[in-house]
Amino acid sequence: MTKMINLTINGKAVQVLEGTTILEAAKQNNIFIPHLCYLENVHKFGSCRLCVVEVEGSRNLQASCMVPVWEGMKVHTNSGEVRKHRRMLYEMMLSNHPQDCLSCTRNQDCEMQAMGQLLGVTEARFGGDNEKGEVEITPSITRDMAKCILCRRCVTACNQIQGVGAISSQKRGFNTVISPAMELPLGSVDCAYCGQCTAVCPVGALKETDAIDMVWQALEDPNKRVIVQTAPAVRAALGEEFGMEAGHCVTGKMAAALHELGFDDVFDTNFAADLTILEEGTEFLGRVAKALTGGEATLPMITSCSPGWIKYVEHTFPDELDHLSTCKSPHMMLGALIKSFYAKKIGVDPKDIYVVSVMPCTAKKFEVTRPEMMNDGVPNVDAVLTTRELAKMIKQNGIDFVNLEEMNFDNPLGLSTGAADIFGVTGGVMEAALRTVYELVTGRELPFPELHVSPIVGLEQVKEATIKITDTLPEYKFLEGVEVKVAVTSGLKGAKKLVKQIAEGISPYHFIEVMGCPGGCIAGGGQPRMTTDELRQKRMAAIYEEDEGKPLRKSHENPDIQKLYKDFLGEPNGHTSHELLHTHYTERGLYNDRLQEEI
Amino acid sequence: MKEEKSICCCCEEENQAELIAKINEVIEHYKNKEGSLIQVLHQAQNIYGYLPLEVQKLVADGLGKPVSEVSGVVSFYSFFSTQPRGKHTIRVCLGTACYVRGGKKLVDRLCDILDIKVGDTTADRQFTFEVARCIGACGLAPAMMIDDVVYKQVNPDKLNAILAKYKD
Ligand code: SF4
Ligand code: SF4
Ligand code: FES
Ligand code: FES
Repeated sequence: MTKMINLTINGKAVQVLEGTTILEAAKQNNIFIPHLCYLENVHKFGSCRLCVVEVEGSRNLQASCMVPVWEGMKVHTNSGEVRKHRRMLYEMMLSNHPQDCLSCTRNQDCEMQAMGQLLGVTEARFGGDNEKGEVEITPSITRDMAKCILCRRCVTACNQIQGVGAISSQKRGFNTVISPAMELPLGSVDCAYCGQCTAVCPVGALKETDAIDMVWQALEDPNKRVIVQTAPAVRAALGEEFGMEAGHCVTGKMAAALHELGFDDVFDTNFAADLTILEEGTEFLGRVAKALTGGEATLPMITSCSPGWIKYVEHTFPDELDHLSTCKSPHMMLGALIKSFYAKKIGVDPKDIYVVSVMPCTAKKFEVTRPEMMNDGVPNVDAVLTTRELAKMIKQNGIDFVNLEEMNFDNPLGLSTGAADIFGVTGGVMEAALRTVYELVTGRELPFPELHVSPIVGLEQVKEATIKITDTLPEYKFLEGVEVKVAVTSGLKGAKKLVKQIAEGISPYHFIEVMGCPGGCIAGGGQPRMTTDELRQKRMAAIYEEDEGKPLRKSHENPDIQKLYKDFLGEPNGHTSHELLHTHYTERGLYNDRLQEEI
Repeated sequence: MKEEKSICCCCEEENQAELIAKINEVIEHYKNKEGSLIQVLHQAQNIYGYLPLEVQKLVADGLGKPVSEVSGVVSFYSFFSTQPRGKHTIRVCLGTACYVRGGKKLVDRLCDILDIKVGDTTADRQFTFEVARCIGACGLAPAMMIDDVVYKQVNPDKLNAILAKYKD
């Protein structure tokens, strides 16, 4: 039963659903109330009080983001009193905020700055103290708590949305600080480096650790061959940074911009996504074959492309790591191939090659530093830029992105099928795997309209599907009549549910896809801020549009992948693959108590 | 249990394992009761004397909460302490009256004598040293308290003599 409430805002009569807050009611009626800590559909806490309004009959000004409307309410959002109060609050906030905007990475992209402009505050009247400790730089995330305005959006992201709880509010009053327990460094606790906190922070307090300088340096070094690759989700969001309409991929312009920035080769992580499907699909069939023919095999198998998810499971379920596919994530695979297969092809020493990955992800910055991600003493990938960072570099270089002539990725590591595109969205890796595995086993195309496995498409936290295998090809007779049960989740909270089932021995699934961020890579911690569900939907549509526009839709049909196996790798899961494309995991424990002391 | 190993500190008097077992009993009792975190922490502090990180982890795991949240609660309330407490608590008043009449000097001198910072406990666990806001003896500032006894118009040079009474 939904009841409608009548009220007036600035004299205008409006009607909204019962339970709506004043702020939401105003928004629905195109009246903007300034707000800072509130984040639509994500976070409501009432700490900044910049959203105050006058409610007739109430003695004090009310925080409009917290107060629900009532029948006959009369609200004034912009009276002299309100304006004065708002400015005062803002100036107090500014008084203990370091005023080094010019050297802050969020300059021009900061909600605090924007608020100051909106309120017309042009000088800092109050001076104040600020002792919130040193800047912490982890491989993925940089924390500068002196800049924190205590909105607690990050606490909501980490606790309520991701279910990790690496950070929380510590101490009280003026000493309040957002940090891990006992103010331990973030790098020493069970933070997954998913970056969801950096994606919601309104100021420069939580952000990705900068790689832009390193990449410029490499580009300027005449002795380095600098090679770039881009993840599937980057093209679905990059345009937003240049004011382009969300919901369309900017693949061609992105490739052109990367050429213009001076990269020697512009490759596509999508190529390696296709490769991943062959490696992971083969691994999966191998495990199932073993299990069905009386052997020992660990099922369900879980995907391993999302490094935030990997770090999370290493901390939270260190006893379940055998369930992870041994496949490296696609960009690591491509890095390993660039420094072996491609290096040989162009006759360059792998040590003189510098690989940059552009990713929607902050966890990938940590992933490339893992000791497992090296071959012959050189790291597979040298630097990771987030989508946000790439946009910055393009702007720094004065490139007119919107009007760029479209270009293609370079050969031989640039061609991909539609199956690779959907790696960027929740459900995509599973669908891509099923497109290939089903056809391999039965000789027939996956029986879904447009090849989309509809039950696992969409933004729900946990999705599942059952695929019945019939009329198999002779060599897969052991699968005849088998119902393959798959589950898909995005966000670490959903992942916890599914792994808990495994730990308790009650998981009904054979194959599980996990992406660490809600919605998948399209809403990764390194994507343009602020990711709303509306934007997720649009980016998802962009990804599927890209997929459907490709002449080839299944990874095993990629002719360059076929050639790579023929010329270099041999067989999927063969010896060379194992050397270059597969990895192992590290038991960490919730308190890093399972880590072996490193020497 | 892995926690027991890491908890072990240098004081031999108490049997750590026994204390941990007692805390685990408390946790077991409150396990499925919503909103019992503060209760559990209280009892854990009574048992253990204070709430170091290792005890916070125990409580966090037991109640299925992240330790960052537990630590948030511990650091929010002043009645929780993450440091061992001394046998006696010294509180120097830094209310307005005491402050202007030399409270700060008392603090500095005590830091020297005890060789610790405000908020800490001496190595021999005799004294925990804190500051207070007005203890109601403004007329006879500067004032301080040791446990329940109020000392008024304290002369910094007399501090050694006062403390001597509390040493065993
Ligand atoms: S990176 Fe993810 S896990 Fe780490 S603090 Fe931020 S939200 Fe929490
Ligand atoms: S770190 Fe950022 S998101 Fe977190 S409370 Fe501070 S300002 Fe808000
Ligand atoms: S936006 Fe309402 S209190 Fe911050
Ligand atoms: S100010 Fe010290 S007793 Fe009141």
